[in-house]
Amino acid sequence: MSGLLELTVAAAAAKIAAGEISREEYFAAWMAAAAGDELNAYLFSVENAGDYQVAEGPLSGIPVAVKDIFATEGSPTTAGSKILEGYIPPYTAHAVRQLDAAGARVLGKTNMDEFAMGSSNENSAYGPVLNPWDRGRVPGGSSGGSAAVVAGGLAPCAIGTDTGGSIRQPASLCGIVGLKPTYGSISRFGMIAFASSLDQCGPLTRDVTDAALLLAALEGRDPCDSTSVGIEGGILAPGAEDLKGLRFGVPAELASDAIDAGVRAVFEATLKRIEELGGEIAEVTLPSAEHGISAYYVLAPAEASSNLARYDGVRYGMRADGDGDLIEMYETTRAEGFGPEVKRRIMLGTYALSSGYYDAYYGQAQKVRTRIAQDFAAAFAGVDFVVTPTSPSVAFGLGEKTADPLEMYLNDFFTVPMSLAGIPAISIPAGLAQPEGGGPELPVGFQIAAPAFAEQKLLEAAFALEGSIGFAASTPGIPYLNGGGEPA
Amino acid sequence: MIDREQVLHVAKLARLRLSDEEVERMAEELSDILGHVDRISQMDLEGVEPTSHVVALENVLRADVPRPSLPREAALANAPEPVDGAFRVPSPQAD
Repeated sequence: MSGLLELTVAAAAAKIAAGEISREEYFAAWMAAAAGDELNAYLFSVENAGDYQVAEGPLSGIPVAVKDIFATEGSPTTAGSKILEGYIPPYTAHAVRQLDAAGARVLGKTNMDEFAMGSSNENSAYGPVLNPWDRGRVPGGSSGGSAAVVAGGLAPCAIGTDTGGSIRQPASLCGIVGLKPTYGSISRFGMIAFASSLDQCGPLTRDVTDAALLLAALEGRDPCDSTSVGIEGGILAPGAEDLKGLRFGVPAELASDAIDAGVRAVFEATLKRIEELGGEIAEVTLPSAEHGISAYYVLAPAEASSNLARYDGVRYGMRADGDGDLIEMYETTRAEGFGPEVKRRIMLGTYALSSGYYDAYYGQAQKVRTRIAQDFAAAFAGVDFVVTPTSPSVAFGLGEKTADPLEMYLNDFFTVPMSLAGIPAISIPAGLAQPEGGGPELPVGFQIAAPAFAEQKLLEAAFALEGSIGFAASTPGIPYLNGGGEPA
Repeated sequence: MIDREQVLHVAKLARLRLSDEEVERMAEELSDILGHVDRISQMDLEGVEPTSHVVALENVLRADVPRPSLPREAALANAPEPVDGAFRVPSPQAD
């Protein structure tokens, strides 16, 4: 059995297609592994595994862990919130339908920060997810459950959503690959909305090839999401062996940024690898990127305050008990149903949109967004990619940053600018580093960003670099490489 | 920077009932966050076009063809208090 869990998605799909392993056997092995979840990474697992029917396609027979923000018809969908406890969607998200059509099947729904608001998964109404590398640490967020199941040997691959780093940062903290595609690549239909102009679905996988395989199935235009356009030409399996002729831009601003020494060392070593592979390192400037966090924490809460107005105890979700009037019912339902971080962001967003403050906050933030997009456009005139560490630190301890919301927000420093610009970015594991306070080494992610819709080029570069880093081949502590399904 | 009164005003706009303790904490935390965010309100961005959306799309149209929508039973299945094919809510004016 354990041999099955060691296969990447691409390898398993090939063996299934060749008839070397059966879909039922493969799925059952992952069901058993998922049932051993000790990380609080799954909220719900599939139940009707008996009637096993899947489509023929590139993902035929592949189980996928799905962030609980995607609506799944007939199965609970909570978005990590108490206000949606017991909610059973009457339809399935487009992204999940795309996976179904390619032959994949949902293995379970993964835990997440409530409504995807958080960078540590500690904002889930259903308890935090534990990092499989060190259970005293966070897996990152908000797609923390999706990252933990892949890193912890509880699923072969997963999908999540990224609004300001929610795929890339947990992928970095758990030592796996996480891709946020260009805004518009994948339909948002059935993806519970947080900040609609930023939210984007993407894969979390063991390697770059698997990320490409999932993206190929996920991308496309959907009439139910008029902002979805798909990726022209589709996505193919990457095969690049070197980085000859490619230029990688390192933001000059990185020099002064607060980055842990261990993370910086892995980043520098990765730049050397790029040069060894024939790539060129150049300096770029992103002068407005330092205002990214400020703009993001105006725009995202503003959109959220509007999107979350729908949770009012009338059509779905919970309703607070009481004999008061309609307004009182709204107020008490929302008071009981939302957690502290969601309330904080609704308040922040409502304030930023309120009369008298709109121009100073929301209007300014939209202009900063333009500036950041212009910075990237100027950088891409001279380089093919922009690279940064994904996160300024390795995984931090549970409870370490919960007392100070602003400090938690600053954790998204390197991932937010790409979200604001709408461009694709991938985090790949680049090595290990000790946390600042000492202790066993933990994964460090390397972020590569590309111009809009240049996903194929991005995946090729990430693939070549991944081969040189050899992270998966040399890392202890990852259960599927130790020949077992037990979490580390 | 944000006082108790402002917190209560915004909470009313957002239809959120906050406890006294939450009001105190919110005043402190929002002040802290807005203190950081405030840097952008000082920036000179005169003449910069605001970005509301990153994909260059205009008026995505489709044919206006009627199609089935969510059946009434399905739409009501998750309602806290469905009654006679409708959503029941408390009276807008309490007695």
